[in-house]
Amino acid sequence: MSIWEYANPKKFMQTSARALPWAIGLTVICLVVGLVWGFFFTPDDYKQGSTVKIIYLHVPSAMMAINVWVMMLVTSLIWIVRRHHVSALAAKAAAPIGLTFTLIALVTGALWGQPMWGTWWAWDPRLTSFLILCLFYFGYIALWSAIENPDTAADLTAILCLVGSVFALLSRYAVNFWNQGLHQGASLSLDKEENVSDVFWVPLLVCIAGFVLLFVTLVLMRTRTEIRARRLQALLARERVA
Amino acid sequence: MRALLLRDLRLAMRTGGGFGLGLAFFLILAVLVPLGVGAEGATLGRIAPGILWVGALLACLLSLDRIFALDHEDGSLDLLATSPIPLEGVVAVKALAHWLVTGLPLTLLAPGLGVLLNLAPGAYGWLVLSLLLGTPTLSIVGAFGAALTVGLRRGGLLLSLLVLPLYMPTLIFGAEVVRRGADGMALGTPLALLAAISLGAVALLPFAAASALRVNLR
Repeated sequence: MSIWEYANPKKFMQTSARALPWAIGLTVICLVVGLVWGFFFTPDDYKQGSTVKIIYLHVPSAMMAINVWVMMLVTSLIWIVRRHHVSALAAKAAAPIGLTFTLIALVTGALWGQPMWGTWWAWDPRLTSFLILCLFYFGYIALWSAIENPDTAADLTAILCLVGSVFALLSRYAVNFWNQGLHQGASLSLDKEENVSDVFWVPLLVCIAGFVLLFVTLVLMRTRTEIRARRLQALLARERVA
Repeated sequence: MRALLLRDLRLAMRTGGGFGLGLAFFLILAVLVPLGVGAEGATLGRIAPGILWVGALLACLLSLDRIFALDHEDGSLDLLATSPIPLEGVVAVKALAHWLVTGLPLTLLAPGLGVLLNLAPGAYGWLVLSLLLGTPTLSIVGAFGAALTVGLRRGGLLLSLLVLPLYMPTLIFGAEVVRRGADGMALGTPLALLAAISLGAVALLPFAAASALRVNLR
């Protein structure tokens, strides 16, 4: 019993078919509980008023935007090293989801920033590095869609993901150097002192769990679709030969 | 390897189109910006470092797809891949040739355009030095992008989408060096970081580009 068993598409399809209803159910429960609790049953902040509640969308999606890229990096590495097709397809499936999370984080941040900072956009290091991350997602997705041969596309996008990760990290620290920050520090960290207050903390954790589960659900669904599309192509190719 | 370098240089010089085009583009950009922004000297001087760096970056981008595309079309890339030189070496030499015909002339031309843009007197030396350190990164990252998109029919647009985000750290530190030079501030840190990125890119990216080429030639 090892994790590599799931590299077999058949095994992956079976297991994910069983896991998917659970993932969907848990996602719905977490998101509904977290968002309803966060939006309607937490007090307004004494300085920010009710705008503070955007945290329940902004923080989880921003976290996921980065984590999805890390997941793509890991699956790309697995594809390069062990050449499991499911891994490459999972990376392909994850990219548009990551892009969506990035856009959600940028848009909710702008909506919050307008009343609070008095501006939709500032060239703050965090904001800028998110915009750059967004561009990396665009490039990655564009490269996938531009190449016809699926194996070539998987190889090239995996290389791009590796190199891109290094440069994304460089850009992250370069923009820190380039401009002073307007964005507040981390909302969540292991150091308890820095955290948001407890009334916001618990529903936020539920929301984060909901976003993680949402991502898992979507990635499973999209990977299954990709595998099916691949099978369909194989069947069509066989028809043509016969 | 020297033969390959000479061949690439000769091709770049004689086929036309690629060599002077980037420089002309750089010049036109430096003319267009004052026309768009206004001729006021103080404003121009303040944005000059950024404009010159962005201009150099875009001018470099113009000729990137020629690094591998022409050789791919006429089949000489396959011959190079099977030649005794490692493919990493081929990539490095081609990037070097690209730098010699675009990055180096851009660096030499930049101070002249700095005059047009009313760059502060203290910044000229730093402008040349930062471009000298930064443009090799532009060429090698561009070679990597060109290797990724070499098999594609309309790779040019995709190439710029892939390569421009990778140029950002270089642009940030390069323009920062010139800006600090113009203001007479200490600029050791961005200069060192710019050089570090260049060295890292030149050392590591030929391997990534060569593996992308191998996939494309499969």
